[in-house]
Amino acid sequence: MIKYFTNIFSGIVNLLKGMKVTGKVLISPAVTQPYPEKRDELKPKDRFRAELTMPHNASNEHKCTACGICAMNCPNQTIQVTKNKITDENGKPKIILDQYLYDIGSCIFCGLCTRVCPQGAIEFTTNFEHAVYTRSKLVKQLNQPGSKKMEVAKPAAAQQKVDAEPKQNNENNQ
Amino acid sequence: MLQLSDIITWIHEFLSANIPAEWAVKLIEYVLVGLGFLTLYALIALFLIIFERKICAYFQCRLGPNRVGPWGIFQVIADMVKILLKEIIPLKHNDKLLYYAAPFIVIMGSLLTFGGLQFAKGVHGVDFNIGVFYLLAVSSISIIGVMLAGWSSNNKYSLIGAMRSGAQVISFELSACLSMMAMVILCGSMNLSDMMESQGRLWFIFQAPIPAFIGMVIYLIAAHAETNRGPFDLPEAESELTAGYHVEYSGITFGFFYVGEYCNLFINAAIGALVFLGGWQPLHFPGCEGFNAVMDYIPSCVWFFGKTLLLIFLSLWVRWSFPRLRIDQLLHLEWKIMLPFSLFNILLMAVLVANGWVF
Ligand code: SF4
Ligand code: SF4
Repeated sequence: MIKYFTNIFSGIVNLLKGMKVTGKVLISPAVTQPYPEKRDELKPKDRFRAELTMPHNASNEHKCTACGICAMNCPNQTIQVTKNKITDENGKPKIILDQYLYDIGSCIFCGLCTRVCPQGAIEFTTNFEHAVYTRSKLVKQLNQPGSKKMEVAKPAAAQQKVDAEPKQNNENNQ
Repeated sequence: MLQLSDIITWIHEFLSANIPAEWAVKLIEYVLVGLGFLTLYALIALFLIIFERKICAYFQCRLGPNRVGPWGIFQVIADMVKILLKEIIPLKHNDKLLYYAAPFIVIMGSLLTFGGLQFAKGVHGVDFNIGVFYLLAVSSISIIGVMLAGWSSNNKYSLIGAMRSGAQVISFELSACLSMMAMVILCGSMNLSDMMESQGRLWFIFQAPIPAFIGMVIYLIAAHAETNRGPFDLPEAESELTAGYHVEYSGITFGFFYVGEYCNLFINAAIGALVFLGGWQPLHFPGCEGFNAVMDYIPSCVWFFGKTLLLIFLSLWVRWSFPRLRIDQLLHLEWKIMLPFSLFNILLMAVLVANGWVF
């Protein structure tokens, strides 16, 4: 009998607590950012995946080794990595990136490519205005013309790579 | 101070002066009153739809409709035009007569209730000596429409939705009526005009604070459940039954259910405001003459619509806060908690009134 009343009482208290929470949300400002009106002040969240890019530094160099892991992991075959075999100045054969094609029309923005890239060569930006008149324009080449592979300071970076790679693969397998 | 009733009296005098035949005056007045109620009905539904959409957006940190007109207030006009132009898809193998009659019964139920409300001082359709009883009786007519809609659609989802709706409305009707009965005991009359008059001194909620407050909470929960909204929206349960009883309806036949739902929201809040919060009576406290005089300057229809809007807002707050109940939890709430409490409330009120322990 006592339990009946305490149940009702605690139920009412809990309902009021819930209404307090929603009441607070009611008076807090809306998170919606009106698009064409406030276009210049838009602040998309960093985690927002809108377009895949390959950052280049000032001397037009990127970090991609053309290993193709990103293309292999892409569920939609959105990425096409074309490699080139060249011989460097020491006479050693070397694989470099020829063309990195990304078709935004078939990307599902799952983020697997950036997650598996051992070099951290690609990343998502928040630029979301992709409207074009033909589908062929949706295919973009991410490596800039004439760009080169960045020369990384060998020991530290190499060590990091070895550490990072198996861990990430494990995560993906799970 | 210009009151709405003055305008009505003026129209009546104008008509009587210009038209000699008394029956013609009456006829014109009936038509005018009918048109007035229908217009008010549609306007209230439109207003409530945009009001709910805006409020629910703010409850979710959104902006809500904001494209058509300033702050999106003309969005509902656009929606209305769209729904009027939509095709009414005919069904095969269903009960045609009942299928098309159901939306009208729903609308009729809420429109009949409209006639019994008191919108401002001296502005009401009908004034019975059993006003409260009439309101409670006709506001439950729409459940017949809901059941017919579910049955005649020949669709298992709508049938389940209608059955749930029936179980829900019939059980919650009890608590709603019993909590009203407590207020009828306090007033000693079922006539809404008498109730308004006795609230002129002090609103019922202040006259007997404890039982009136319990009664009001019970009434608001029950009324909320009767409108099939909020945590009690099992009959519609989008995720289980797609849309419940009106799943087969399209175009304006669906629109009737939609409008009826919003008008029922208004009607329930209005009955709550009339019976517990003094309806169109301004806030008066015996002994504070200056304060009472200031309150009298606010027109009575503003008081009525303000209080109703407050209760509607409360209902929306509940709707957008809580998750949906299961059917057994719903019936548990009604039969094991609210019904005993409202019976006890009547007893408490009777004891208080019999001993004169009310303000
Ligand atoms: S972007 Fe990364 S994963 Fe893809 S080819 Fe280049 S280095 Fe390999
Ligand atoms: S985000 Fe997903 S779909 Fe898009 S390119 Fe990367 S892996 Fe492919």
